[in-house]
This record gives sequence, C-alpha cells and structure tokens, in this order.
Amino acid sequence: MRIEDFELKSNHRLARDYFVLDLLSHGKLPEILPGQFVQLRVDNVRDAFLRRPISVFDVNYKKNIISLLIKEVGAGTRAMARLEKGIKINIIYPLGNTFTLGSEDDRSLLVGGGGGVAPLLLLAKKLKLKSLQFKILLGYQSVEHIIEKARFSQMGEVLITTDDGSYGYKGLITDHPELYSDNYDRIYCCGPEPMMRAVAEIARSRGKFCEVSLENTMACGYGVCLCCVVDTVRGNVCTCTDGPVFNINELKWQT
Amino acid sequence: MADLKVDIGGLILKNPVMTASGTCGFGPEMEPFIDVSALGALVVKGTTLENREGNPYPRMAETPSGMLNSVGLQNKGIEYFINNTYPHIRKYDTNIIINVNGSTVEEYVELTEIISDLEDIDGIELNISCPNVKMGGMAFGTHLPTSEKVIREVRKVCKKNLMVKLSPNVTSITDFAKVAEAEGADSVSLINTLLGMAVDAETRRSVLSTVTGGLSGPAIKPVALRMVWQVSKAVKIPVIGIGGIMNATDAAEFMIAGAAAIQVGTAMFIHPTAAVDIIKGLNDYLDQNNFNKASDLTGTLDK
Repeated sequence: MRIEDFELKSNHRLARDYFVLDLLSHGKLPEILPGQFVQLRVDNVRDAFLRRPISVFDVNYKKNIISLLIKEVGAGTRAMARLEKGIKINIIYPLGNTFTLGSEDDRSLLVGGGGGVAPLLLLAKKLKLKSLQFKILLGYQSVEHIIEKARFSQMGEVLITTDDGSYGYKGLITDHPELYSDNYDRIYCCGPEPMMRAVAEIARSRGKFCEVSLENTMACGYGVCLCCVVDTVRGNVCTCTDGPVFNINELKWQT
Repeated sequence: MADLKVDIGGLILKNPVMTASGTCGFGPEMEPFIDVSALGALVVKGTTLENREGNPYPRMAETPSGMLNSVGLQNKGIEYFINNTYPHIRKYDTNIIINVNGSTVEEYVELTEIISDLEDIDGIELNISCPNVKMGGMAFGTHLPTSEKVIREVRKVCKKNLMVKLSPNVTSITDFAKVAEAEGADSVSLINTLLGMAVDAETRRSVLSTVTGGLSGPAIKPVALRMVWQVSKAVKIPVIGIGGIMNATDAAEFMIAGAAAIQVGTAMFIHPTAAVDIIKGLNDYLDQNNFNKASDLTGTLDK
C-alpha cells in the first residue's frame, strides 16, 4: 500500500458514460491482484471532497501502467472524465483483497454487469495465465452500452446479454442459460447490487461457490474510517480491507 | 528550527500535532504512510468497555467540503485493545491518548480505571460528544449537570492526563469548558462533529441509516475556530483545536485563535500523511514569522 503521483497517459472515452484512464507510474509497479482497487484523489473539484475508490481494470507491468475503467455517476467521476493527458493523479494503491482461485479442475464463470465488468478482466487474465477453464458473461442495457468486449475476448469466451436484445442474448444477465447450466463450478460476480444478489441466489440454490465484489461508499479506503462496512457473519467488517471481494456465505444476503 | 514542544496541562508533546480519534485507527493502520512516532500524540479510535458493532451501513455521506459519519463507535472493546493492540503501539515513541466512551457514568469510570493501569498510555480523551450513539456520548456533553458528573467521577479515578472532548451542539460551549476546568480536566479538545444530515432527493431517503450524523472537514472550520477562540478566553487550561484542519496554515490559525495544540482528523482520509506534513509546515511557518517556540503562537490573535 502506497501513495503515489501517477501521470495520466490517456483518457479514452468508451460507449456512453464509460471511459478508461491509463495511469503511468514513474516507479516500478507492485503486484496488483484481481479485485484490488485504488483510491483516486480528485483535485480542485468543489463537490468531490473525498477520494474515489476505483477497481483496477488492467495492469501493464512492462510499461508500468494501471488502467481504470470508470462510469460517470457523480461529481467525482464526471471530473475524472474531463482530466487531460499529462496531469498528475494521486492514488493510494493497491487496496483490498482478491478473488479466491479454485483447483485446476474447477471451471469458472465470470459474471459482470455494466461498470462491474472492470475487476473481471484482471481475473480473466490470471485464470488464463494459470490455464484454468472459464467463460465470461457480461450484461448490458443495449448494444451501445457494450464496453471493452475485445479486451475480454482476448482472454476467453465471452457471452453477452442485452436487456433489449440488440446484441447477444435478450434479457437480464440473470436470465442467461449459462447460469443455470452445469458448465461451471465457481462464479465470480461484480455489478449493481440487485444483480449480485440475484446471481448469489442462483449460485446458492445450485450449490456453487460464489464470490462477489462490493462497491460500498468509502471515505479512507484503508481501514481507519470504518464507513464502508458490510454486515457479515463476523459482524460489521470494512469492505476496503476485508473486501471488496466476499464469499456470499459470509454476507447476510439471505432474506 | 523552532521549538515545537507544547504543554497540554502537564503532558508535554514534542509538537502540537495530534491525530483526531477515529481517523487513524489505532496507529498500525497508518504505518504504511507515516512514522507514527513523529506525531505530538496519537489519539486512538473511540474505545468502550465492550465490543460495539456500530450503526448499520450506510454510515457516511460526502457533503460540500466535508463529510457526515454515523459510525457509532464501532470498536472491539478494551480487552481486545489491551491484548492485541496495546503491545504493539506502546512501543511508539510518542504520547498515546485513548478516546474513552461509555453509555453510563459507571462505564466511563470503569474504563478509565482500566486504562489508568496501562503504563504506556499517556492520556485519556473523555468523549462526551459522540453524536452517533443512542446512549451516552453527546447526551453527556450537551447537558451541563451530566457533563459535570461524568467528568468529576472520571477525574477521581483517572491517573492520566485528562482531556475532555467537547460537543459543538450546544448553545454555549464555554459553559461546558468551564465545567470541565472546574472538575479538574487538564485540557479541553474541541470541536467534535456537528450534528447534520443528508437527503437523497432522487430516492427521497436519508443517506445515512441513522438519518443524522456528525459533520466534519473544512466545512466546519469557521465554527470550530470561533469556538476555540471563545473557549480559550473563558478557561485557563489548554485548548486543543479540532475541526477541518487540512494543512499547516489551518493549524496555525487555530493556534492563533487560542489552541495550544491541534488534532488532524478528516484530512487523514484524503491525505494520509497530512498530520506529519503539518508538523513540517508549522515549523516553516514559525520560522518565517520569527517565532522561536510553537507555544508563543497560541492566542496571538490581533483583533
């Protein structure tokens, strides 16, 4: 965990409200694990007082570049979308835990919705590197919302759902037959909370291992403010230090 | 290099900069970023006799130039602290102050007795101003006779330096400071957070699970400065300034207004090195303004 000024190498607009920041370190990057995040300081923005927790989307260790896939949702992310190449960006990183990998026979299904696809790319990279079997299931509103499909396709087979059927399977991600198949043993999921809860329910009813990556609001990101807690079987724990990745059996989501 | 030493009622700090309770955990959490021993004092997270789970999520709302929190004193209790945290942090080469909380006078007293026996703890910050607990906290700090009682009873058993943390959620904070002084407090620290709330217009729901929470950050700095100035004129014991201090200039302003020392709180969430940056910056400020001693800056406000 360290604080560092990065240089913004590029700010690349994707579909709709999504964009990717490529941040260059002038030092050597430490190892960054799938699921980990950074706390990005947004300077000189009136309505963004606190740092913003952002999942690490991709890492290029050769070039010392971290990529962040971000969706514009509020004052902080809107300001980030307008950041210009060459400026300094201060981040605290790497923060949080990582996904738990299975044994070599385990087949995984990576399930991502909207901006929640971000932490799944590094996970797919790692699974591929270890020659583990996996598929990627990504859900979007419509064809115009699909982001970074090519990057995911380089890692493995990608299945896509759109709510309006304009691309891939028509329906919600939780309607996709793959989730109800026996083609996988483990699910890794990130997306809007209602989606993660629904996926967790499918996994639970089918007796599958399932980890989700939570996106609770944070102040510090490193375990001192105690603001981002999630209610678990161990009581309230910080999403930033005990998570953001949790096994669904730890969470009190059964209602 | 100015002499940064300050005396906060019998406890000598190597410099006037402390961390505010609840913003630096228990110390070890900050080690990746700062040398904790460089601080004037480390004020650890609010501690209670028993484990507390705190309030449900969501507990935080970002607000203009600040934030609201309703953590609700989540901590693992004093026994856990003594067994797991104390052995490590007692080695820090600085003063360690424990922020003490309770739901009853008896709980405050019992906790103070336990802490009084810990050799390497240097002070107690009596928190009678937490706005986020149903029992105790601010209920003690916003009612004069209750404040008087809890400070008196704690003072009887407290063998450490005693700092009383005051609530700004009162009509006249000087009355509470005077009571603290009369009951034997060694210093007063102010301000704790201001009671506030945040509403989400889209969902028409309150942002915090508890509806109300404590406001901190630069948004409260003018209020805190005013209260520090008033209190420092009303009592003879040292005043510790807290409230939206982000940099050395802010720290100097509080000292000019009458603070003998300061605490850095919310700034630590955004700049984890803020407290140590402020020590250096304050030294530069003193040098540039021809102060030989940090303590000479206290109460130099020129109206």
